[in-house]
Amino acid sequence: MGEAIVITSGKGGVGKTTTTANLGTALALLGKRVCLVDTDIGLRNLDVIMGLENRIIYDLVDVVEGRCAVQKALVKDKRFDDLLYLLPAAQTSDKSAVTPEQMKQLIDELKQDYDYVLIDCPAGIEQGYKNAVAGADQAIVVTTPDVSAVRDADRIIGLLEKEENIRPPRLIINRIRSHMVKNHDMLDIDEIVMHLSIDLLGIIADDDNVIKASNNGEPIVLDPNSKASLAYRNIARRLLGESVPLLSLEDEENKGLLAKIKKFFGVRS
Amino acid sequence: MFGEIFVEVNVVNKPKKQYVAMKGTKDGLTLHLDDTCSYDELLKELDEKLAINETDEQDGPFIAVRLHVGNRYLTHEQEERLRAIIRAKKNLVVDSIESNVMTKQEALEWKRKNEIVSVAKIVRSGQVLHVKGDLLLIGDVNPGGTVIASGNIFIMGALRGIAHAGYDGNRQAIIAASIMKPTQLRISDVMNRAPDYRTDEGNEMECAYIDENDQIVVDRLQLLTHLRPNLTRLERSF
Repeated sequence: MGEAIVITSGKGGVGKTTTTANLGTALALLGKRVCLVDTDIGLRNLDVIMGLENRIIYDLVDVVEGRCAVQKALVKDKRFDDLLYLLPAAQTSDKSAVTPEQMKQLIDELKQDYDYVLIDCPAGIEQGYKNAVAGADQAIVVTTPDVSAVRDADRIIGLLEKEENIRPPRLIINRIRSHMVKNHDMLDIDEIVMHLSIDLLGIIADDDNVIKASNNGEPIVLDPNSKASLAYRNIARRLLGESVPLLSLEDEENKGLLAKIKKFFGVRS
Repeated sequence: MFGEIFVEVNVVNKPKKQYVAMKGTKDGLTLHLDDTCSYDELLKELDEKLAINETDEQDGPFIAVRLHVGNRYLTHEQEERLRAIIRAKKNLVVDSIESNVMTKQEALEWKRKNEIVSVAKIVRSGQVLHVKGDLLLIGDVNPGGTVIASGNIFIMGALRGIAHAGYDGNRQAIIAASIMKPTQLRISDVMNRAPDYRTDEGNEMECAYIDENDQIVVDRLQLLTHLRPNLTRLERSF
């Protein structure tokens, strides 16, 4: 019996879908059987980021309405041998096409076959959100270091805490720009974690390569040299229960010799 | 027939007990009403007693009357009838009616009003925590979150959202927080919002109250001893 994890944020555009794609891929890289479920009915994106758009035949609404079996609608990721699957959202219906009860039943069915079921939640707190959290056992809240994103994350955490079947949510802070944080132009990590007071699962630095990779339909995790890739892999390991220290946000290459010497002697800059 | 005779005999033979005792004090008149007799008997005797003692002065000063009814529970209607009888006599005004007893419902309401409700949680954006009595919140109020209490609000954490103390109109209520950075403070019907510019200094261990100019002011927690001495509920001295 697998674990169903919903990835949510409240606010749109903070990187829920990118996080879902990369975490799923990272878990598959670690040898787990993973199924990604896109619940953003009407505005599906996860298939595009995974590069699986052209293989979609059936979607989530077809499964829920009994037009096909779950196995038939699942899209297999050829990069992984039988480890990574995607259940795409419908593009022709909207959020009201599915009820939370139907979603729960569907997720329960998927949990039989997979180690991890990652549910990509749409933005907002309405029907789409309710559908997405219905079958989840765990929740990951994604936020960026913006006041508005943190505010919405706070709201979502409040709603998630009311769900009886979901364990306390954990936090991913996405798109951190280290130079802005250093100049106090952006909220820093401690401030956000203290404010939201939930466990921090990981931090991801802002990286142009993430956008490039997503546009190519290749999750950044597949590129072993990117810092964001390492951050996602670390988060996947933490999900499996390993304890992995947080990545440093500082760019080593940009540092002067003095800073490197200081670091060597343990002096904090 | 028989019953009628029996009642007659009983009334004649039993020595009459005083149900109403009057006492004059410098503040007015105090009436001690017996709590073992029936309500009707009490009314009858009260009416008679007051009729005897009625002064002839038509326009003398008003006399305040305080009623002590002992362990008798009076409904609202019963209280009104008592008041009506006394008001009918010249120069008498009912000041208060004191009873040793109250209904369970009233007692619970009274208890709730005076209780400190402690809650351990984080009030997040969009959430509203509303309590009767004083609120002791062990946790934070995040921006967008609201706490409301009919009494005082004590927050052992950061207040970054909205706090409304004295919700039912108590202007003496206060709001205290370990970290005072609210978006809005409300006490009774007075409101105060945070300044538009952000300040980082201070804001620790502060309290908010309504001052003599009907404004909400925020100040050091230690000043409460003088401002609201009633906050101390410890009966033993130390």
